[in-house]
Amino acid sequence: MKNAKNGNDAVHLYRLASVFVAGFVLLLLLRAFFVPKSFGQYGHFRGNAIQEIAAKPVVYAGHQTCEGCHSDVLDVKKDGKHAPVACESCHGPLANHADDPSIQPQKLDTAGLCVRCHEANSAKPKKFPQVASNEHSSGLPCETCHQPHSPALAPGGKK
Amino acid sequence: MNLTRRHFLILLPAAAVAWEHVLAGAPEAAPNYKMAEHWWGLLINIEKCIGCGSCVRACQKENNVPDGYYRTWIERYRVSEQWGVAEPIVDSPDGGKNGFPPSNDPNMKEFFVPKMCNHCADSPCTQVCPVGATFITPDGVVLVDEKYCVGCRYCIQACPYGCRFLHPEKKTAQKCTLCYHRITKGLTTACCEVCPTGARQLADLKNPKDPIHEFLRNHSVEVLKPHLATGAKVTYYGLDASVR
Repeated sequence: MKNAKNGNDAVHLYRLASVFVAGFVLLLLLRAFFVPKSFGQYGHFRGNAIQEIAAKPVVYAGHQTCEGCHSDVLDVKKDGKHAPVACESCHGPLANHADDPSIQPQKLDTAGLCVRCHEANSAKPKKFPQVASNEHSSGLPCETCHQPHSPALAPGGKK
Repeated sequence: MNLTRRHFLILLPAAAVAWEHVLAGAPEAAPNYKMAEHWWGLLINIEKCIGCGSCVRACQKENNVPDGYYRTWIERYRVSEQWGVAEPIVDSPDGGKNGFPPSNDPNMKEFFVPKMCNHCADSPCTQVCPVGATFITPDGVVLVDEKYCVGCRYCIQACPYGCRFLHPEKKTAQKCTLCYHRITKGLTTACCEVCPTGARQLADLKNPKDPIHEFLRNHSVEVLKPHLATGAKVTYYGLDASVR
């Protein structure tokens, strides 16, 4: 190839420049294919990741869901000390039961359940009701005296 | 159309940029949830925490956290008068998942401190990620993109609160998502849902009706390691100087 104006000297510069341009174009092409479309939507990350994480299924249904059907329990709870304790705090995660009521939750064992919170521990806040379980009930199950949904003792025994 | 090779090459970059724009499409709209209307945080009341471990168990079940790893955990602090706040004795057996054995030392000040990701507004962990796999959402939640994480562990070292871990099977960084899949559906986090004493409360700092504002106005509160200026959004009430 001959270029009369610039002479032969400049040709190799054009070739070099074209290599750079080709490389840059290749970069843009590869970028278009490999960088996810939502990258940079909100910042230096894949925007769709937010929706993917938000779409995960819920395991704990939330007490509002429980109360929709079990309003009778809510009535028992509402005046008791356990009113602010959410259903799934003791009963465990039950979103599957809320979706399909034929799935029955496990029966609870108060022997292990109550002491989880109420076993005496010097690190617990002093105001929190605590018992040394082996001395407190002489082996009787908690629900002999306390109704778990409203645990205060009624005069004369179980409420 | 008379397109020379030169013209074609000149047009290519512009075409590539335009094509990228076409493929990006419209952002997926989440029904009834607008990220711009929220700024999430959490309030932890140490004086209410009984160390029952309900939050740790709930977190594990809600988020399928492998055994021996914790997105939230409870520490028991024991501070003696002799050594003071400089040398507390701290333990957290299995993350406090099954409660704590009583120590019954009357000479110690003892209390529980639930810990979790602080969802920092200026988070060190998101700053160090070399691939853009961890980020803060427009509503203030620090998340990890599992598909993008290369498992370099840089963020795990960067977090001053020790809130991250490498998933033993997936080999990607994991952490508390502030139950993003729940809070975007109008629920509270799993840990706040099950906390029997209300020691943990989800807070929407952008919602003027959220009780957090009333609480913050009337109480002395603190975040963990405030000197690091991470913009931590997990606020503690009743925090002792011994807590690291």
